[in-house]
Amino acid sequence: MEIDLNISISGQAGQGMNVISATLGKLFVRSGYWVFTSHDLMSRIRGGNNTSQIRVSSRAVYAPSADADILVCLDKNSLLLNKDKKNRAVVCDSAMLTDGEKISDALLPLPLEQIAKETGGDARMANTVASGAVLALLDMPLDGFNSLIDQSFAGKAPKVAEDNRKCAEQGYQYMRAHYQGKLIASLKGNGSEMPKMILSGSEAVALGALSAGLRFYSAYPMSPSTGVMEFLAARQQECGIIVEQAEDEIAAINMALGASFAGARSMTGTSGGGLALMVEGISLAGMIETPLVILDGQRPAPATGLPTRTEQGDLLFVAHAGHGDFPKAILAPSSAENAVSLTRRAFSLAEKYQIPVFLLADQYLLDSSWSAPAISLEQHAIDRESFVAPEHLKNVGSYGYKRYQLTENGVSPMLVPGTPAQVVYADSDEHTEEGHITESAKVRVAMVQKRLRKAQALRKEITPPLIFPGTEEEVYVISWGSTLGLVREAVELLRVKGRKIGSIHFTDVFPLNEDCLPPHIIKNARLIAVEQNAAGQFAQLLKAETGIAVKDMILKYDGRPFTPGYLLNEIEGCMRK
Amino acid sequence: MATVTDYASTDQIAWCPGCGNFGILASLKRALSELNLLPEQVTMVSGIGQSSKLPHYLKANMFNGLHGRGLPAAAGIRIANTAQTVIAVGGDGDGYAEGGNHFIHAMRRNVTMAYFVHNNQIYGLTKGQASPTTDERMVTGTTPEGSYLKPENPLLLAIASDCSFVARGFSGDGEQLVSLMKQAIIAEGFSFIDILQPCISFNRINTYAWYKERVRKIDETAYDPFDRIEAFRKASEWGGTIPTGVLYRNKRKSYESIKGLAGSLPLLQRPHEFAKIAELLDGFR
Repeated sequence: MEIDLNISISGQAGQGMNVISATLGKLFVRSGYWVFTSHDLMSRIRGGNNTSQIRVSSRAVYAPSADADILVCLDKNSLLLNKDKKNRAVVCDSAMLTDGEKISDALLPLPLEQIAKETGGDARMANTVASGAVLALLDMPLDGFNSLIDQSFAGKAPKVAEDNRKCAEQGYQYMRAHYQGKLIASLKGNGSEMPKMILSGSEAVALGALSAGLRFYSAYPMSPSTGVMEFLAARQQECGIIVEQAEDEIAAINMALGASFAGARSMTGTSGGGLALMVEGISLAGMIETPLVILDGQRPAPATGLPTRTEQGDLLFVAHAGHGDFPKAILAPSSAENAVSLTRRAFSLAEKYQIPVFLLADQYLLDSSWSAPAISLEQHAIDRESFVAPEHLKNVGSYGYKRYQLTENGVSPMLVPGTPAQVVYADSDEHTEEGHITESAKVRVAMVQKRLRKAQALRKEITPPLIFPGTEEEVYVISWGSTLGLVREAVELLRVKGRKIGSIHFTDVFPLNEDCLPPHIIKNARLIAVEQNAAGQFAQLLKAETGIAVKDMILKYDGRPFTPGYLLNEIEGCMRK
Repeated sequence: MATVTDYASTDQIAWCPGCGNFGILASLKRALSELNLLPEQVTMVSGIGQSSKLPHYLKANMFNGLHGRGLPAAAGIRIANTAQTVIAVGGDGDGYAEGGNHFIHAMRRNVTMAYFVHNNQIYGLTKGQASPTTDERMVTGTTPEGSYLKPENPLLLAIASDCSFVARGFSGDGEQLVSLMKQAIIAEGFSFIDILQPCISFNRINTYAWYKERVRKIDETAYDPFDRIEAFRKASEWGGTIPTGVLYRNKRKSYESIKGLAGSLPLLQRPHEFAKIAELLDGFR
């Protein structure tokens, strides 16, 4: 049976929508379905209206959908806010409704809090009652849910898990008894091509960093990058790493550079505003040629913008961040699965070329949970070939090591400070090969050229865009970063309708190579940029770097992600022009 | 046994002849050699300013970073490699103005390092503008009507921050300075010395003679640096007499001992925990 459902949980901040969505998401993945969970959040701790959306599908999905098949309303406000939407079933607490009140035809009220209090002794278990109710509407047996409850409450008294299990059972039975015939679907398990795990973009970035040999992470908390920091902070002991909360982003980047200079793989993370504070440090990384991975979790700007929402608005800022000429790379992950490998690659590029490498993610990527095929972390030895082994230093003599030795490709071998009879100098001033301050015009020119030679080698490692399905389409959507899944879905829907349309998607977004697209696409195809910003920043960058001009643009900058359906309409509108 | 000449740098010194920095450099070389530390065992960290050039004039590992940002970099270096002796140097502009926030938080963080501030109460490298420690009413390039901001007392700030080791030295008293530096370098946690130093080019008020007249060594037999209230009293003295020596100490735990870095393998040498990471990944199934 083909399944593609959207389950939304709506309520006030603090009511635990994310807990319900995390549990249900995991349950669906374990049952063989693909899941995409996104969060529409307000920047507040309590109150307001937040919604978690779980899309569950028998095919791989990497995007949210618009209307809810099942909407769970945890407060009256969310019920009223959603009353005009096309929801097939709306689950809410009957206590919210005054006698005879009929907000929607799809309303399926049940006494959530009353069941929670009577069964579990705690009104807060209403969430578990609601989860049981949802599972009844999906005709899913409770066994899988029960074992997830056991796992998540494993550290607590057995009674906690037991009470939660009973609450779920009561919610389930209530729906069975009162709303027979209201089944939304029958989720009996999915046979083909099953996902193996579900993880958020933040968790993916953190896991990628750990698998790349991360040793030190310093940052100042800023949404939406904080998830990465908290994930790592909770695992310092077991992974042998240090996570340090800096006093500000300036300290964060300088600490990370210090640790990297000392020989530990290091990373920092922030959002646009924090990155603005880091910019002098980015230039420092370029000058002292010290590897660094920097996560920018984008959110709508300028200034504080919309702190809990999403945008792809930092691209041009990051591409130009840092005074002076020095090489850097920007990688923009397209899914959680991709974020694991791209983060690993960021570390490897940063060290190989001794440059800052940016992971340009956004709130949509980091906060959403993505089902994925099995991700394996090959047990590769961490490649540290940029460091010179002490035994290769014999011919340089005692204290003869030159940190900024002029080489053919511009990359100078690094040395860990502490190596016997050698010292390592890093200097933010223009410097000699040894690393001492210089005013010499000749040395200055040689050093600028040395640093820029690294960019030439780096360009050769840039991954070209993903072109789907082939190179013979009439129209191509140009996109980058986190939007791959939703663009691909819209393009596939258009292809079903007979449109000769394809997708060109970039995850290596800077630098770009002139030959990144086949000449006949540039010459014959119509290109439409799809971006989550107001100025078509990637299209501008593509033009500047390669000369390729994209004339049509579909831009969204309201802080909310695209949905495939919305994008499909926009593309059709654009094609009619 | 290390000697002073082990720290000789080949780099040409760009300070003004007669600058107080020379005394501080000489004292530091003596302190390092008397502690028998080899150049490769030491990392010097600095920001920007005349004093921040010091690491170039001394042979040891060096991270000469950004203006005001030496302390965070120094913390990163020490956290990554607890086998290194980390010494940060800088001036009053670098440390008390541009890097003021980092100074406060470095004292809170308490990563083991020594921090020596060359305090000449003026901006030297940029040729004579007011600094956070410039005396009130002093005319400088940027305060033609006389400096009107209250000067910062870095020692009071350090004692209020419960800094692990707080001292004041004078570049004109090498004997005392070597002793203070050695104590600061071997102490656990964050050690801070404010070093008074005349700027012979741009500060015509706080001259060598001016300091010489006022500095008074603290009588160690009659002063308990662990008494915080007494330390506040002592650190408040400024003007007629200026006390030098160890003003304050405490027994706070260092960052390293709190974070499990002390006595264990330095971070950068730790093995890659493949199995642990694979286990973490499995948790997402």
